[in-house]
Amino acid sequence: MDSILTLLGAGLLQSFEPLNLAMIFLGCLAGLFIGAMPGLGSVNGVAILLPVTFLVPPTSAIIFLAALYYGAMYGGAVSSITLGIPGASTAVATVFDGRPMAQSGRADQALMAAAIASFIGGTISVILFTGFAPPLALFALKFGPQEEFALMLVAFATFIGLGGDDIPKTIFSILIGLVLAAVGFDIISGQPRLIFFGMVEFQRGIEFLVLAIGIYGIGEMLWTLEHTKGAIQMHKVEFGLKRIVKNLGQVKKYLPTTLLGSVLGFFVGTLPAAGATPAALMSYGLAKSFSKDGDSFGKGNVSGVAAPEAANNAASTGSMLPMLTLGIPGSPTTAILLGGMIIWGLRPGPLLFAESPDFVWGLIGSMYVANFVTVILNIALIPIFIRVLAMPFSILAPIIFVLCVVGVFATTDRMFDTWLMLLLGCMGYLMRKLNYPVAPAVLAIVLGPLTERSLRQSLISSQGDAMTFLERPISLVCILIAVALVLFPVISNILRKRKATLKAAE
Amino acid sequence: MSVRTAELFMAIAMFLASLGLMWTVYSDGLAIGWVAGRGPGSGMWPFWLSLGMALASLWTLWRWYTGVTPESRNREAYIDPDTVFMVGITVVLIFLLLLLSNIIGLYFSMMLFLLAYVRGLGRHGWGVTAGVVLGMPVATYMLFEVALNKYLPRGLPVFESIFMRIDDFRYSLMY
Repeated sequence: MDSILTLLGAGLLQSFEPLNLAMIFLGCLAGLFIGAMPGLGSVNGVAILLPVTFLVPPTSAIIFLAALYYGAMYGGAVSSITLGIPGASTAVATVFDGRPMAQSGRADQALMAAAIASFIGGTISVILFTGFAPPLALFALKFGPQEEFALMLVAFATFIGLGGDDIPKTIFSILIGLVLAAVGFDIISGQPRLIFFGMVEFQRGIEFLVLAIGIYGIGEMLWTLEHTKGAIQMHKVEFGLKRIVKNLGQVKKYLPTTLLGSVLGFFVGTLPAAGATPAALMSYGLAKSFSKDGDSFGKGNVSGVAAPEAANNAASTGSMLPMLTLGIPGSPTTAILLGGMIIWGLRPGPLLFAESPDFVWGLIGSMYVANFVTVILNIALIPIFIRVLAMPFSILAPIIFVLCVVGVFATTDRMFDTWLMLLLGCMGYLMRKLNYPVAPAVLAIVLGPLTERSLRQSLISSQGDAMTFLERPISLVCILIAVALVLFPVISNILRKRKATLKAAE
Repeated sequence: MSVRTAELFMAIAMFLASLGLMWTVYSDGLAIGWVAGRGPGSGMWPFWLSLGMALASLWTLWRWYTGVTPESRNREAYIDPDTVFMVGITVVLIFLLLLLSNIIGLYFSMMLFLLAYVRGLGRHGWGVTAGVVLGMPVATYMLFEVALNKYLPRGLPVFESIFMRIDDFRYSLMY
């Protein structure tokens, strides 16, 4: 415990270094604005701005991106409440009560509740993170390639079992991500693979960022263009010091749901594929079930805003736990962060705690600081957000498209990749319209090389004996969990049908 | 085209693409099984995953045929005319942005793209248009070229020479 506190203290000191503090400030600010923009969330912000972070050392870069991730979770509530459009999918549940509150002239109360609940959710989750991360990383040090591969299976199986999307389409999405990750020279034999149409550009492989920016930059903006048609109507918000003080006094009304949402959000966030959106929805559902006036939910109950906001912030921290300790991202945003870490020359996973303690503890320390910075910025900047949100989409969209093109080129130095980004973005948009989930593909392209390497290393060391995965206890447990996750939708479907049949018979 | 038809076409296209991937691995002569003394062949991973993609596409086709997916029962237009215009013109403009980047450079191409979007599509006033059209390339130049030392495409020599002068001016100020 003492060593954790010492390391945390060092991390906090590191986060107070001028450059890192500036990164926290800028990240929170950028995140708040990106999160507040309809159609843009943390994942888009992190994907589009990742190339910019090559300017600073890795620790400062991840601090900036983590602060952005955090800020976006806060910012998502602003457009959910004032526009009735979730800034990101993570803020969908905030619309349910935030919108009716704004319509009845209580937008300021909803915005304050969202900010305070996000702060509580963020703080609780960071404390949980500090407690859980070191022992988990220590445990993960026992992992060999078999365990690594089995763990990857769990990550992919979670998307199938808990993702809630069409199963064959989810499987397809995972597999295409893994195949795209295999393009280029084989890491073991050195042979070129999948060089489409003989184009030499494919020999270097497909950078995960090309797919991520294509899908979350181009594809997402096309999706938003289609759904908003560029026309957004905003509600009037009255905001002043007196109202802030008055709203602060109402915290006790939604404190229990906020605490519950924070703990729930953290643990749901740690599951790959689950992430902040289901965490927020589950927290909203629980708050409604436990509330004495559950009927008022959906009609402007302040707890209906606080519960999902606490959960989505807590989940964003939770999703970093498997990323840093196991090398498995808990959300699409952390998948991109993980890719960034590889670009910066770091090896995500349990060894990171031993090899780069400055990096890990600097990041953890910055989370504490970012939480304070974001809540202050959020409340102080609400009037400015509201003005910026009034910015027409016909100005915002082309700026983002240009940033996507420049970001991809700056990362790979090839125009070819910008063409590929456009192609993948359009494909992602068209497939998403048909309910093909895109997040598993991004996760898979990031984890693909590691998954293939661990599988092949395991098979080589066991002379091709696949039983090696079942003979090692941790690997066996992971595989059983993966199988259970894959079977979960099938079994729950059978149970649902049986229940319906029994009901009909009655 | 209805959503139902689009789902069918997409599943068929993805099935064919999966077969294409398998064929690419096979025709490149990559081993898809165990290579004695060396371990799994380099084609094993992409080949069997592509087979999985093909099977997942067949599963989707079966679900389409039996009407299990919501999309297979949806007879509404896959892309309505308004979307075709808005999304279509956006994609065309990005296409031109990339195409012209090789000729006139990314900066000038970006300016034309922003002009077309903000003034042409958004119908904003000249003041706003000028702010975005000039502000974005300047911000990009400052961030990527000055701060990050990342040189963006500058097009044919005649356009490149313009940036050489800007660079010279910058260096004269900096050093």
